Amino acid sequence: MHENSPVIEELRSRFPGTIGAVQQTADSIPTVWVAAENASEVLRFLKSGIEASYRTLYDLFAVDERFRSDRQGLPESDFTVVYHLLSYGRNDDIRVKVPLKGEYPSLPSITDIWPSANWYEREAWDMFGIAFGGHPHLKRILMPPTWEGHPLRKEHPARATEMGPFRLPGVKEEEEQRALLFRPEEWGLKQGGEDTDYLFLNLGPQHPGTHGLLRIILELDGEEIVNAVLDIGYHHRAAEKMAERQSWHTFIPYTDRIDYLGGVMNNLPYVLAVEKLAGIEVPDKAKVVRVMMAEFFRIASHLVWYGTFAQDVGQLSPVFYMFTDRERVFSIVEAICGGRMHPSWFRIGGVAQDLPKGWDRLVRDFLDYLPPRLAEYDKMVMQNSILKARTRDVGVYTRDEAIEWGITGPGLRACGFEWDFRKRRPYSGYEQFEFDVPTGKRGDCYDRGVVRVEEIRQSLRIIEQCLKQMPEGPYKSQHRLATPPLKERTMHDIETLITHFLNVSWGPVIPPGEVFMGIEATKGNNGYYLISDGGTMSYRTRIRTPSFAHLQMIPLISRGLTVQDLLAIIASVDFVLADVDR
Amino acid sequence: MKEIIMSLLTVFGVLIAATTIAAGLIWLERRLLGLWQDRYGPNRVGPFGLLQVLADMIKIFSKEDWIPPFADKPVFIIAPAVIMFTVLMTFAVIPFTRAVHVVDMNIGLLFFLGMSSLGVYSVTLAGWASDSKYSLLGGLRAAAQMLSYEVYMGLSLMGVVMLSGSFNLREIVEAQKGLWFCIPQFLGFAVFLIAGVAETHRLPFDLPEAESELVAGFHSEYSGMKFGMFFVGEYLGITLISAMIATLFFGGWLGPVLPPIIWFLIKMFVFICFFILLRAALPRPRYDQLMSYGWKVLFPLSLLNLVVTGGILLAR
Repeated sequence: MHENSPVIEELRSRFPGTIGAVQQTADSIPTVWVAAENASEVLRFLKSGIEASYRTLYDLFAVDERFRSDRQGLPESDFTVVYHLLSYGRNDDIRVKVPLKGEYPSLPSITDIWPSANWYEREAWDMFGIAFGGHPHLKRILMPPTWEGHPLRKEHPARATEMGPFRLPGVKEEEEQRALLFRPEEWGLKQGGEDTDYLFLNLGPQHPGTHGLLRIILELDGEEIVNAVLDIGYHHRAAEKMAERQSWHTFIPYTDRIDYLGGVMNNLPYVLAVEKLAGIEVPDKAKVVRVMMAEFFRIASHLVWYGTFAQDVGQLSPVFYMFTDRERVFSIVEAICGGRMHPSWFRIGGVAQDLPKGWDRLVRDFLDYLPPRLAEYDKMVMQNSILKARTRDVGVYTRDEAIEWGITGPGLRACGFEWDFRKRRPYSGYEQFEFDVPTGKRGDCYDRGVVRVEEIRQSLRIIEQCLKQMPEGPYKSQHRLATPPLKERTMHDIETLITHFLNVSWGPVIPPGEVFMGIEATKGNNGYYLISDGGTMSYRTRIRTPSFAHLQMIPLISRGLTVQDLLAIIASVDFVLADVDR
Repeated sequence: MKEIIMSLLTVFGVLIAATTIAAGLIWLERRLLGLWQDRYGPNRVGPFGLLQVLADMIKIFSKEDWIPPFADKPVFIIAPAVIMFTVLMTFAVIPFTRAVHVVDMNIGLLFFLGMSSLGVYSVTLAGWASDSKYSLLGGLRAAAQMLSYEVYMGLSLMGVVMLSGSFNLREIVEAQKGLWFCIPQFLGFAVFLIAGVAETHRLPFDLPEAESELVAGFHSEYSGMKFGMFFVGEYLGITLISAMIATLFFGGWLGPVLPPIIWFLIKMFVFICFFILLRAALPRPRYDQLMSYGWKVLFPLSLLNLVVTGGILLAR
């Protein structure tokens, strides 16, 4: 059906003979296969040659295709590298897939086209052992430097029980110790400038200002940052690998912990993707309930940001007020879902339960409670002149840079670009809601803050509309793949009972295919790319998280500033390390 | 003989009172911050949590007092003692009432300024001797910040000296019988207050510590009682600055009905609470902003104050 997609036609006429198979996917994103030697050329054309070009490298990842049984007639490939590009001009995506042959294949790097490909290519190297020729710094990024093997390859064990007991003999201990020694040259840092020696400051992995396990190596001239290198991976839990060992249903709780401040907001792109693949239509009530809960978590996440933002700039009190408010959000979440931070409450085909009695009163009370508090916080935090002086014109990036580096969410809107996936690509019924998309002007730390504060108010508006217009009806789809299936009718006929038994014990069997779904999550665009091989578990789950892209940009915007500014930048970018490392 | 005993009693009385108040401030600050931040603060140990200070003391005394092997040992040990020494010495010149003071020095004000200048060494040496990068950055910030704020602190007090015609703190208080200096010397008071906050490096001027950036700044490497001395030293500093504000601008012990010492304490505690409120309310400026604020705003203001006061006095 995408044979005639105009972009593919254009590619065909521009590169006759090089554009290979066109793949059909469940998400109707044009997907083309291009040989490794032509990939750079095609990508460069897509980035700068084509009209309404695809300027954002949205995602780059690999797939180990060697054990895939249902390849649906796709080109021969052992490993496939997938480039997912995004064009804001077209409001459309394109996926370019590059087939690679051999055990440890290689292909040219595209860091010269997109500097933001740097981390993504390192991740693909780290996880699959795919080498990118011409990459400036092809080192492990998520795994420790001494790790053996590449975890996302199918032959790499997924569980500790498959790996034998862990031993640390003296020799290995020394080797590990040696690997921890800091040599600036290994990180691409210089020892000194023309007439100065630089000071290297190791900020993290344990540091009160980094909001988690993040190491920033700073190259300082006095207190001025000459260069910064981010060392991530301390929070890596191999969520993508776990997805290959969990049923479609039992992976939901793992998604909660990707952006651990986002709660059920994380479930949403995953279940939406699975539903798209399975062809499940979700009932209206479930859609509205999902939107409502997702917006509650947006508020909870933004409140944490608000408090810690003030705290990182040195204001001690606000964080206590915002956590008190967040507690109120959680009491509502608890009443509805049973859990608090990680309720894992969305299900394939709907939500776990119906709304409890009296939920509307709780929500109403909160809607009355928060706005006056927000007005107070405006005076206390956002209008504080010291805070303004600390954050105005600090950590600035332009709209073009943001697009280039794959920034999404409030960070993109702070540059004055009115782009919200809830508006531009409505999902889960967002098109029925009235809300504004707040934007900033300067793209500095302060504007990123202003955008988030305003988003809290818009989320309240959405929740109010959910409250007023909550539809009647079922909370879960009747589709046979909805999990766990509704139980009411199981005791009436044997067919339903058998389906129910299989779906609960094995988990649903999702039809083979590939699908991507991205949503406007708390920190930016969070997306799940799923490959089903027609089994009870996913063949490959790729989690595209906003924080990964946002973090990669920090060195760029902090050069020439001071250590203090860096902390303000970190606070304003609002990342979650679990969301970076997965 | 009797005189010697009396003066010894005053010396130790002031010493014990100052350190007790400073230690008690730890409790007061935590309770007040709790109150202002919608939480309880320490309320478990003893009535209203008052014995928390005692518990903290026991803890801090029994902790391992660790000196990092890479530190410059003698300097590392001396640094926390310097701050205690300089601040406690300054209490000697403060007239708590007309009669209660350790020494009635005719250069009391200069002694205070001199001692607070020496206090800078404590923080700077601690940062240097720790041989840790965070401590070093904290120490550097402290040196620059405290040295420059020292300047306006001294200048802001010259108006008071002109009006009272004396460097003796007792005489300065007595010169305020008609009118507290906070009114004719309002500008001087404002500058001194801000410089005082900077001098004690409390929020918003806590850049030498700045826990969200420098972990704990100059005292990152300190533990046990050496850390405790910095900790209590900071509160002693607050007490001292508050006492100085009360003495120099708010008529010290002067006041109707109540006994003089009570008046002095009331005035002092009002400013102590103000210091704590500042910490609850304000964020921290950036280092260069702090410096330019000092040199471009406070410095001209204190000079202006000096010129205007001098002009008025000459015209009279």
